[in-house]
Amino acid sequence: MTFELKYKQFGASSILMEWPQRIDKAILNDILRFKSKIEQSDFSNIMTLNHAYASLLITYDVSNFDVSSEILKLSDLYQSADEVYESKYTLWKIPVCYDQSFGIDLESLSKEKCIDVDDVIKMHSQSVYTIYFIGFLPGFLYLGGLDEQLFTPRRATPRLKIEKGAVAIGGKQTGVYPSESPGGWNIIGNSPVHFFDVSKAEPCFAKAGDSLQFYPVTLKVYQDIQTLVDAGIYQIESEVLDG
Amino acid sequence: MVKVLSAGLYTTIQDNGRMGYQHYGVPVSGVMDSRAAAIANALVGNNQDAAVLEITMSGPKLVFEIDAAIAITGANMKASINKNRIENNRIISIKKGDVLRYGTLVSGFRTYLAVSGGFKTNEVLGSKSMYQGITEFRNLKKGDVLNINKSLTASQKHFAGLKIDDSYLTSSTLEVYQGPEFDRLSEIQKKQLFKNIFTVSKDNNRMAYQLKEPFENTLEPILTSSVLPGTVQLTPSGKLIVLMRDCQTTGGYPRVLQLSEMAINTLAQKFTGDKIKFNLKALL
Repeated sequence: MTFELKYKQFGASSILMEWPQRIDKAILNDILRFKSKIEQSDFSNIMTLNHAYASLLITYDVSNFDVSSEILKLSDLYQSADEVYESKYTLWKIPVCYDQSFGIDLESLSKEKCIDVDDVIKMHSQSVYTIYFIGFLPGFLYLGGLDEQLFTPRRATPRLKIEKGAVAIGGKQTGVYPSESPGGWNIIGNSPVHFFDVSKAEPCFAKAGDSLQFYPVTLKVYQDIQTLVDAGIYQIESEVLDG
Repeated sequence: MVKVLSAGLYTTIQDNGRMGYQHYGVPVSGVMDSRAAAIANALVGNNQDAAVLEITMSGPKLVFEIDAAIAITGANMKASINKNRIENNRIISIKKGDVLRYGTLVSGFRTYLAVSGGFKTNEVLGSKSMYQGITEFRNLKKGDVLNINKSLTASQKHFAGLKIDDSYLTSSTLEVYQGPEFDRLSEIQKKQLFKNIFTVSKDNNRMAYQLKEPFENTLEPILTSSVLPGTVQLTPSGKLIVLMRDCQTTGGYPRVLQLSEMAINTLAQKFTGDKIKFNLKALL
């Protein structure tokens, strides 16, 4: 492991570990590897581990927390030799209907970028995105890997209501709104898949480190998939990736 | 069981929240004022994580269809049983058919009701705390029927005359730690954070309390990272936002301060126009 890390106390019972502050798959892999190392070690006072692009929040049982000795333990563990780390990741294939009844900002985005609507769709669905973490809303995936030509600033005035399933571009990021919410991203389509399902023990099908690709479907296919999703029998296409 | 005759402004079921689901983007939620809820549960002999009613600004009208012991804590909303005033921080015996109602808000902003045994509502992802999109309903409404768990303690303790320390309720000083981006502030900004008196703006709810006074800011947004209930964010337009229990799990604004647990409780009892001050607690 080669990154230089910062350790900060965050509130009464957490430590925030910071990697170099950039979006980088090597950093994500390093965080996931270190997370699994903590999970395999004897840290009985650690309650939760939550990571973002380049940070890991470690929350302790407040009654058993001495910040300086915990930081020492963490940095020792980070420096120590790696166990063989194996993790299986999945590539998820997500249907998106880019019909303009859903993609209400597709035309203005296409004009602004001087890229044909069809090419916007092609670029958006060709990329393989990396899932960095889940945050913002339950089931909202932070994806890396958007084609630079599609970088589009957030709308000046956010919309008060964005539909569940809306596929959108905001700045250098793309994502899917897992539930109805206010938001400022440019909406280019909609996916019928549930990104968050409270009735399941694992409410999100995807996890950090997995990959995701969108593929375009017609309105007709969208509706067929939606029928299966509503009946609880739709199976998202996926492939297991080699670690 | 307890029947809701009227629901009040914003009444929810809350326990200690959904710890351990933040990696799915699920907010922690739970009682805004954990101290008041803990006192109420302790008085009626419940576990600390038993579900209570969190009542905001104006109270509901409830009819009890069982005998029970209750306690009300937190804000003072002139509660009464069958029109006889009851006091906060006491154990009160309820008989089947009794009606609990609330009057005008006297102090604080959120009041808690614990019932011996605790409210027995659906648990979703390890918690009964209501949150839109996670639980079926986001707050109570007229006609709801709430079941009660069997009481843990057969005989009630009395605590008669014992004084309960609830000075945090009226305090206007919030104990804070340095946030992860505190060091990026200038010396002048740091001084102002602890010298100035801030006002709670009208944008205050279970997700966040925005402060009214603009705070000069030159800090760039950060790469999206974890936030906690009690994190104080500084936006590019110079707004200070204190995140509360229903806050999102990650954010992109610099995190300049972090409230202590007790400071979150104190702030949860403030509303529009109330004044607060930050007081820096040394890191451990």
